[in-house]
Amino acid sequence: MSKLIFEKGVKGSNSFSLPEAGLAQPDINQTLPPIFLRHQAPDLPQISEVEAVRHYTELSQRAYGVDNGFYPLGSCTMKYSPKINEWAARIPGLAALHPYQAPETIQGALQLYYEMQEILAEITGMDGFTLQPAAGAHGEMVGVMIIKAYHLNNGDKARTKMMVPDSAHGTNPATANMIGFDVIEVKSNPRGLVDLDDLKSKMNEEVAGLMLTNPNTLGLFEEEIEDIAAIVHEAGGLLYYDGANLNGVVGVARPGDMGFDLVHVNLHKTFSTPHGGGGPGSGPVGVKAHLLPFLPIPLVVKKEEQYTFDYDRPLSIGKAKNFYGNFGVIVKAYAYIKALGGEGLKDACQNAVLNANYMRHQLREDYNIPLDRLCKHEFIINSKKQADPHGISTMDIAKRLIDYGYHPPTVYFPLIISEAMMIEPTETESKERMDDFIAAMKSIAKEAKETPELLLGAPHNAVIRRVDEVKAARKPVVKWEAP
Amino acid sequence: MNVPKKLLYTKEHEWIKVNGDRGHVGITDYAQHHLGDIVFVELPELDEEVAQGESMGVIESVKAVATLFSPVSGRILEVNEELEEAPELLNEDPYGNWIAIVEITEQSELDDLISADEYKSYCETLE
Amino acid sequence: MKYTPNPPWVAQDMLNSMGLNSLDDLFDDIKDDLKLKKGLNLPPAMGEMELRRYMKDLAARNISTEEYPCFLGAGAYDRYIPAAVEQLLLRSEFYTAYTPYQPEISQGILQSIFEYQTMICKLTGMDVSNASMYDGGSALAEACNLACNSGKGRRKIIIPDTVHPEYLKILQAYSLSGRMEVLVVPGREGAADIDAMIAEIDDQTAAAVIQQPNFFGVLENGERLERAVHANKGLFIMAVEPVSLAVLKSPGEWGADIAVGEGQPLGCSLSLGGPYLGFFAARRELMRKLPGRIVGETTDLDGKRSYVLTLQAREQHIRREKAGSNICSNEALCALAAGMYLAFVGEEGLKEIALRSHQLALYAEEQAKSAGLELKYQQPYFMEFAVKMSDPAAANRKLLANGIIGGYQLEDALLLAFTEKRSRDEIDRLFAVLGGKVDE
Repeated sequence: MSKLIFEKGVKGSNSFSLPEAGLAQPDINQTLPPIFLRHQAPDLPQISEVEAVRHYTELSQRAYGVDNGFYPLGSCTMKYSPKINEWAARIPGLAALHPYQAPETIQGALQLYYEMQEILAEITGMDGFTLQPAAGAHGEMVGVMIIKAYHLNNGDKARTKMMVPDSAHGTNPATANMIGFDVIEVKSNPRGLVDLDDLKSKMNEEVAGLMLTNPNTLGLFEEEIEDIAAIVHEAGGLLYYDGANLNGVVGVARPGDMGFDLVHVNLHKTFSTPHGGGGPGSGPVGVKAHLLPFLPIPLVVKKEEQYTFDYDRPLSIGKAKNFYGNFGVIVKAYAYIKALGGEGLKDACQNAVLNANYMRHQLREDYNIPLDRLCKHEFIINSKKQADPHGISTMDIAKRLIDYGYHPPTVYFPLIISEAMMIEPTETESKERMDDFIAAMKSIAKEAKETPELLLGAPHNAVIRRVDEVKAARKPVVKWEAP
Repeated sequence: MNVPKKLLYTKEHEWIKVNGDRGHVGITDYAQHHLGDIVFVELPELDEEVAQGESMGVIESVKAVATLFSPVSGRILEVNEELEEAPELLNEDPYGNWIAIVEITEQSELDDLISADEYKSYCETLE
Repeated sequence: MKYTPNPPWVAQDMLNSMGLNSLDDLFDDIKDDLKLKKGLNLPPAMGEMELRRYMKDLAARNISTEEYPCFLGAGAYDRYIPAAVEQLLLRSEFYTAYTPYQPEISQGILQSIFEYQTMICKLTGMDVSNASMYDGGSALAEACNLACNSGKGRRKIIIPDTVHPEYLKILQAYSLSGRMEVLVVPGREGAADIDAMIAEIDDQTAAAVIQQPNFFGVLENGERLERAVHANKGLFIMAVEPVSLAVLKSPGEWGADIAVGEGQPLGCSLSLGGPYLGFFAARRELMRKLPGRIVGETTDLDGKRSYVLTLQAREQHIRREKAGSNICSNEALCALAAGMYLAFVGEEGLKEIALRSHQLALYAEEQAKSAGLELKYQQPYFMEFAVKMSDPAAANRKLLANGIIGGYQLEDALLLAFTEKRSRDEIDRLFAVLGGKVDE
């Protein structure tokens, strides 16, 4: 069992110190009124440097990243994060900049920022971008705020509803609700695409917009996207592009050309910045010209070859985050796009789609594929063929993959496919690597019939076995208490 | 699936046991089974006025969440505080453990509820 | 550069195995008129050496806080980051991992978050912490959102204008929801006008907020405000600075219900404003309303202590439109950095850092006065204060010309911050320039 950092070290083992100040140390009890002072010490760890280094090294050995192996986590685009980008974000001339430095002292950074606004506009077919949102869901929030501000500015106060497909990520309805919209769910048709009749029947002058992921969460391109756009626009709504799946079309087609009014992109998906164990991400938002006035402040503008901040935007929604966004993440994505260029982005997209379709073909014999046709960057299988007679679930297959050395795909999403397992190989995986994974999946399918206990009890060789989630949620222990 | 005869049901999977103007409200066996291990119950507040079909609480399991809709309009007379510490009681005995007692103000609303047989056939259509 | 490992002949084999001829066939489901006719209009691709040179050139056109001493604070602080933190963050098992949804192969990350949550609770004196938010400003907005969600229709947020102006801007944007009414109460002498705030408290009040130290570096006395808002069944929310909590009264000790703040000073580089981390902690009663991810302790099938994401029924992927917050990705790697930072500086180190900052600020006040300058507010401060200046922009330009990154420009003052990285010499030089003892 691994000890917590609080269970290691003894009082006085830490050796951190500051240089001499060359000043007398005042007594804080004299310099500040007692009402402002802390009574109970925080009781932080007291551990030597070497032991703390070992502690975190050991923790890292019980984590699994893309650098450890194949990570086909559908909807998350776990592609390789190039090392040069990590280096770039840590150059002191980019990493050690205070956000309130005068623009003349950060011209290189502002040029990067400005160019990134322009680059993302070109990639998505939009007219302007904010790089402020810190994550995909945060981008959605900024987007939905813009939709609200746009309608309010038109005096259109009756638009209180937001549409989302039943296959949408949970962030879509949650975002719409957070900005005060009632959510209307649009059904998917048997082909896994937006049901146009359902959309038409629910569309009216109370609808502010439709939030759509394309390719959708089933990995399928919304073939009738132009009709969808027309239905939404005719009713006075706006069409929002959730860029979670941009990797399936980047360099090949652009949301701006499909009729979308605004988009967010996930730099930590499509543009290779690492996921960091859950963040930081970056979720820039792009808009067509009619929505430019509502973008958050500030934007970076170029005036007479000098870059500066533009705060003078009276219709702006304000701010969603301090300062200008996750600049360090933006640097990495910028370096990635610089390395690839337009052709490289298209090549990445083509290979992502090639890999997904290749795996779909290879797995169809052994696994049920509910919508088995040309997909984009990801596809869905489920455990229907494995369910009988031993009651094997998708979760069992996922856990068994851990024994084979893989991070499992996304499971139980989207909600409209029962027992879904969503596989997204990304373009940075070789055929060799995928063939290994496919062999593992075939072997697991065989085990499901012959030795089901191997699945039901999986994982067998991870650092722990399956955990008691019920206990964790019924009697939550969310911090360490001294015994 | 257990569906006691003497109770009235909603299509949202609540039951109510009527005793004059008092109704014990809970969730059905079908509901607890489909939610899985229940980890938390958000109870209504005492004296709160609830309307038929409106939210009066929330039931959470590890991977799902369900709104508890009030089968009738009325005022909350009692809540089952035992569930705060032991939400698993709803899994163990969904009909033996009520969630709240409602003072029924509109007796006619009981006509909107369905019988055990109707509820049972309804559940069969969901399978 | 390309990071696609399959050479064209392998790709062709794969296509053939599916009965396809070309990569274009993979996009038959997209109508031709929707496809880009010519490629994206982007600059040509660069090789790694070229890219390295190019990025270096961009960086060289900035003046970094490694080159010039920096007296800017105002919500982001130039603090020392131990080398061990920088090194360990480069372990790619951490930074190339996804959110730990599969606990069996994510115990390292889950445990690090559990430790982070514990440290945040210890610092803030609260019972529960989430796994992080985007930053201090959005964390405060989420706290106010929580207060309105759990306040049975209460929607008024009472907040002084001594809170960071960007936090107020963020709050304004979040209040587009129509569920939050933000009442900004003007401060007095650089501190919150507690009487005026108390006068606004009513049965519609979801929460009262203060920032400690406030935007101007001034310490707020929230004692009466806490009593008044609790007497009216509203929540008391504090936005705090984490390093100062080594010595300043914790939100728990002030009686706060929710403590949020900007975690950047705990081991995150300045990075032109991000990525930083918002921390978010609360009293136990609010645990099931918290936004964001939470890690809990449990056991595995063999009874072994283990960690798992818990209370997930709060979150968007389960609760969808009924979720209290939409947050999904957070700032996990920054939270990891914060946990490491606190481990490497330790209990005593953090106190030393906090006291040094305070000490330098006191010294700076003396030097300011000797240079004939005056503090804008006569209030207790911790490590940051405003110095009156008729033309703050000109003062900053003069400082820059003398190799110093000056302060945050207020209308008639410069807001100056003194972290442990500043030295006596640097402060002497600062006031020599500001006091006119150094020529242009």
